Amino acid sequence: MATIRYFGIVAEVTQRNEEYIEIENMNVSEVWNLLYAKYDLSTLNARVALNQRLVDLNSSITVNNNDELALLPPFAGG
Amino acid sequence: MKQVFVKGPITPDFIATSIAKHQSKYEIGAHNIFLGQVRADEVRNRKVAAIDFTCYEKMANEVLHDIREKAFRTFDLTCLHIYHSIGEIKVGEVCFFVFVSAKHSKDVYEATEYLVNAVKKKAPIFGKELFEDETHQWKVNKTW
Repeated sequence: MATIRYFGIVAEVTQRNEEYIEIENMNVSEVWNLLYAKYDLSTLNARVALNQRLVDLNSSITVNNNDELALLPPFAGG
Repeated sequence: MKQVFVKGPITPDFIATSIAKHQSKYEIGAHNIFLGQVRADEVRNRKVAAIDFTCYEKMANEVLHDIREKAFRTFDLTCLHIYHSIGEIKVGEVCFFVFVSAKHSKDVYEATEYLVNAVKKKAPIFGKELFEDETHQWKVNKTW
Protein backbone atom coordinates (compact mmCIF):
# COMPACT_ATOMS: atom_id res chain seq x y z
CA MET A 1 0.00 0.00 0.00
CA ALA A 2 1.18 3.51 -0.78
CA THR A 3 0.35 6.29 1.66
CA ILE A 4 -1.34 9.35 0.19
CA ARG A 5 -1.28 12.46 2.39
CA TYR A 6 -3.34 15.61 2.02
CA PHE A 7 -2.64 19.04 3.48
CA GLY A 8 -4.31 22.42 3.87
CA ILE A 9 -7.06 23.19 1.40
CA VAL A 10 -6.45 19.84 -0.33
CA ALA A 11 -7.34 17.99 2.89
CA GLU A 12 -10.39 20.25 3.19
CA VAL A 13 -11.56 19.15 -0.27
CA THR A 14 -10.73 15.43 0.13
CA GLN A 15 -12.09 15.48 3.71
CA ARG A 16 -9.23 13.34 4.93
CA ASN A 17 -5.61 13.76 5.92
CA GLU A 18 -4.39 10.47 4.52
CA GLU A 19 -5.38 7.22 2.94
CA TYR A 20 -3.71 4.03 1.75
CA ILE A 21 -4.08 2.77 -1.78
CA GLU A 22 -2.89 -0.36 -3.51
CA ILE A 23 -0.54 0.64 -6.31
CA GLU A 24 0.42 -1.59 -9.18
CA ASN A 25 2.58 -0.37 -12.01
CA MET A 26 1.56 3.25 -11.67
CA ASN A 27 3.65 6.35 -12.05
CA VAL A 28 3.21 9.73 -10.36
CA SER A 29 1.17 11.13 -13.23
CA GLU A 30 -1.25 8.19 -13.15
CA VAL A 31 -1.74 8.35 -9.39
CA TRP A 32 -2.29 12.10 -9.64
CA ASN A 33 -4.93 11.62 -12.35
CA LEU A 34 -6.66 8.96 -10.27
CA LEU A 35 -6.89 11.25 -7.23
CA TYR A 36 -7.74 14.28 -9.37
CA ALA A 37 -10.77 12.47 -10.74
CA LYS A 38 -11.76 10.94 -7.39
CA TYR A 39 -11.84 14.26 -5.53
CA ASP A 40 -12.22 16.86 -8.30
CA LEU A 41 -9.02 18.71 -7.49
CA SER A 42 -9.43 20.96 -10.55
CA THR A 43 -9.75 24.19 -8.58
CA LEU A 44 -6.67 23.50 -6.49
CA ASN A 45 -3.22 24.69 -7.40
CA ALA A 46 -1.56 21.62 -5.90
CA ARG A 47 1.91 20.11 -6.16
CA VAL A 48 3.02 16.56 -5.52
CA ALA A 49 5.83 15.31 -3.29
CA LEU A 50 7.03 11.71 -3.58
CA ASN A 51 8.79 10.60 -0.39
CA GLN A 52 9.13 14.22 0.72
CA ARG A 53 10.63 15.49 -2.56
CA LEU A 54 8.65 17.68 -4.98
CA VAL A 55 8.09 16.01 -8.33
CA ASP A 56 6.36 17.13 -11.51
CA LEU A 57 2.65 16.28 -11.74
CA ASN A 58 3.38 14.66 -15.09
CA SER A 59 6.31 12.69 -13.79
CA SER A 60 6.74 9.13 -15.04
CA ILE A 61 8.61 8.09 -11.86
CA THR A 62 7.11 4.86 -10.55
CA VAL A 63 5.19 4.94 -7.28
CA ASN A 64 5.81 1.82 -5.22
CA ASN A 65 3.95 0.34 -2.32
CA ASN A 66 5.44 1.78 0.90
CA ASP A 67 6.03 5.12 -0.88
CA GLU A 68 4.48 8.27 0.49
CA LEU A 69 2.84 10.64 -1.96
CA ALA A 70 1.68 14.03 -0.67
CA LEU A 71 -0.63 16.55 -2.33
CA LEU A 72 0.49 19.99 -1.28
CA PRO A 73 -1.41 23.25 -1.72
CA PRO A 74 0.44 26.60 -1.98
CA PHE A 75 2.94 27.20 0.81
CA ALA A 76 2.19 29.91 3.35
CA GLY A 77 5.03 29.89 5.86
CA GLY A 78 6.61 33.02 7.23
CA MET B 1 17.46 17.43 12.81
CA LYS B 2 16.97 20.65 14.70
CA GLN B 3 13.55 21.41 16.11
CA VAL B 4 11.96 24.20 14.05
CA PHE B 5 8.27 23.89 14.83
CA VAL B 6 6.91 25.46 17.97
CA LYS B 7 3.36 24.88 19.14
CA GLY B 8 1.66 28.26 19.54
CA PRO B 9 3.11 31.75 19.22
CA ILE B 10 6.82 32.54 19.55
CA THR B 11 6.93 34.65 22.69
CA PRO B 12 9.14 37.64 23.49
CA ASP B 13 10.53 35.55 26.38
CA PHE B 14 11.55 32.76 24.00
CA ILE B 15 13.32 35.30 21.77
CA ALA B 16 15.05 36.97 24.73
CA THR B 17 16.24 33.59 26.03
CA SER B 18 17.60 32.71 22.58
CA ILE B 19 19.62 35.93 22.54
CA ALA B 20 20.91 35.34 26.08
CA LYS B 21 22.12 31.84 25.15
CA HIS B 22 24.57 33.40 22.68
CA GLN B 23 26.32 35.69 25.14
CA SER B 24 28.88 32.99 25.95
CA LYS B 25 29.88 32.63 22.27
CA TYR B 26 32.67 35.21 22.10
CA GLU B 27 33.50 34.69 18.42
CA ILE B 28 30.18 36.31 17.43
CA GLY B 29 30.26 39.99 16.52
CA ALA B 30 26.88 40.37 14.83
CA HIS B 31 23.38 39.02 15.29
CA ASN B 32 20.42 39.63 13.01
CA ILE B 33 16.84 38.72 13.79
CA PHE B 34 13.77 38.50 11.59
CA LEU B 35 10.34 38.20 13.18
CA GLY B 36 7.21 37.41 11.19
CA GLN B 37 4.03 38.67 12.84
CA VAL B 38 0.43 37.78 11.97
CA ARG B 39 -1.14 40.79 10.25
CA ALA B 40 -4.82 41.79 10.42
CA ASP B 41 -5.36 41.69 6.66
CA GLU B 42 -8.74 42.79 5.39
CA VAL B 43 -10.43 40.85 2.57
CA ARG B 44 -13.81 42.12 1.38
CA ASN B 45 -14.66 43.68 4.74
CA ARG B 46 -13.59 40.61 6.66
CA LYS B 47 -10.64 41.05 9.00
CA VAL B 48 -8.12 38.29 9.75
CA ALA B 49 -8.21 37.39 13.45
CA ALA B 50 -5.65 34.55 13.41
CA ILE B 51 -3.78 32.11 11.19
CA ASP B 52 -3.92 28.39 11.88
CA PHE B 53 -0.60 26.94 10.69
CA THR B 54 -0.04 23.29 9.78
CA CYS B 55 2.87 21.64 8.03
CA TYR B 56 4.09 18.47 6.38
CA GLU B 57 6.62 18.02 9.12
CA LYS B 58 8.69 15.19 7.69
CA MET B 59 9.26 17.06 4.42
CA ALA B 60 9.60 20.46 6.11
CA ASN B 61 12.38 19.18 8.36
CA GLU B 62 14.32 17.90 5.36
CA VAL B 63 13.77 21.09 3.36
CA LEU B 64 14.81 23.23 6.33
CA HIS B 65 17.89 21.08 6.87
CA ASP B 66 18.93 21.71 3.25
CA ILE B 67 18.23 25.45 3.55
CA ARG B 68 20.35 25.61 6.70
CA GLU B 69 23.23 23.69 5.08
CA LYS B 70 23.17 25.97 2.07
CA ALA B 71 23.28 29.06 4.27
CA PHE B 72 26.35 27.72 6.09
CA ARG B 73 28.06 26.96 2.76
CA THR B 74 27.23 30.38 1.29
CA PHE B 75 27.84 32.74 4.22
CA ASP B 76 30.45 32.87 6.96
CA LEU B 77 28.12 32.16 9.90
CA THR B 78 28.70 31.11 13.47
CA CYS B 79 25.17 29.79 14.01
CA LEU B 80 21.61 30.14 12.84
CA HIS B 81 18.21 29.24 14.20
CA ILE B 82 14.83 28.99 12.50
CA TYR B 83 11.56 28.64 14.41
CA HIS B 84 8.05 28.55 12.98
CA SER B 85 4.75 28.33 14.83
CA ILE B 86 2.21 25.56 14.39
CA GLY B 87 -1.41 25.97 15.48
CA GLU B 88 -3.55 29.05 15.86
CA ILE B 89 -1.59 32.31 16.06
CA LYS B 90 -3.53 35.51 16.72
CA VAL B 91 -2.92 38.83 14.96
CA GLY B 92 -0.03 40.66 16.56
CA GLU B 93 1.66 37.46 17.67
CA VAL B 94 4.97 36.26 16.25
CA CYS B 95 4.87 33.09 14.12
CA PHE B 96 8.32 33.08 12.49
CA PHE B 97 11.73 33.71 14.06
CA VAL B 98 15.02 33.63 12.18
CA PHE B 99 18.17 34.31 14.19
CA VAL B 100 21.55 34.52 12.46
CA SER B 101 24.93 35.09 14.10
CA ALA B 102 28.35 35.67 12.55
CA LYS B 103 31.62 37.52 13.05
CA HIS B 104 30.53 40.41 10.83
CA SER B 105 27.31 42.24 9.96
CA LYS B 106 27.42 41.74 6.16
CA ASP B 107 26.97 37.98 6.48
CA VAL B 108 24.06 38.16 8.90
CA TYR B 109 22.09 40.59 6.71
CA GLU B 110 22.54 38.54 3.55
CA ALA B 111 21.94 35.20 5.26
CA THR B 112 18.76 36.41 6.96
CA GLU B 113 17.28 37.56 3.67
CA TYR B 114 18.18 34.26 2.03
CA LEU B 115 16.72 32.22 4.90
CA VAL B 116 13.43 34.13 5.15
CA ASN B 117 12.83 33.89 1.41
CA ALA B 118 13.84 30.22 1.19
CA VAL B 119 11.55 29.17 4.06
CA LYS B 120 8.58 31.04 2.53
CA LYS B 121 9.22 29.53 -0.87
CA LYS B 122 10.29 25.96 -0.10
CA ALA B 123 8.94 24.81 3.27
CA PRO B 124 5.61 22.95 3.13
CA ILE B 125 3.82 25.09 5.69
CA PHE B 126 0.13 25.91 5.24
CA GLY B 127 -1.88 28.75 6.73
CA LYS B 128 -5.62 28.97 7.25
CA GLU B 129 -6.55 32.63 7.72
CA LEU B 130 -9.39 32.78 10.22
CA PHE B 131 -11.60 35.85 9.91
CA GLU B 132 -13.41 37.58 12.77
CA ASP B 133 -16.76 36.37 11.34
CA GLU B 134 -15.55 32.74 11.62
CA THR B 135 -15.17 32.22 7.85
CA HIS B 136 -11.71 31.40 6.52
CA GLN B 137 -9.46 31.41 3.47
CA TRP B 138 -6.14 29.71 2.75
CA LYS B 139 -3.05 31.90 2.71
CA VAL B 140 -0.82 31.75 -0.38
CA ASN B 141 2.72 33.14 -0.36
CA LYS B 142 3.62 35.41 -3.26
CA THR B 143 6.53 33.14 -4.16
CA TRP B 144 4.26 30.15 -4.94
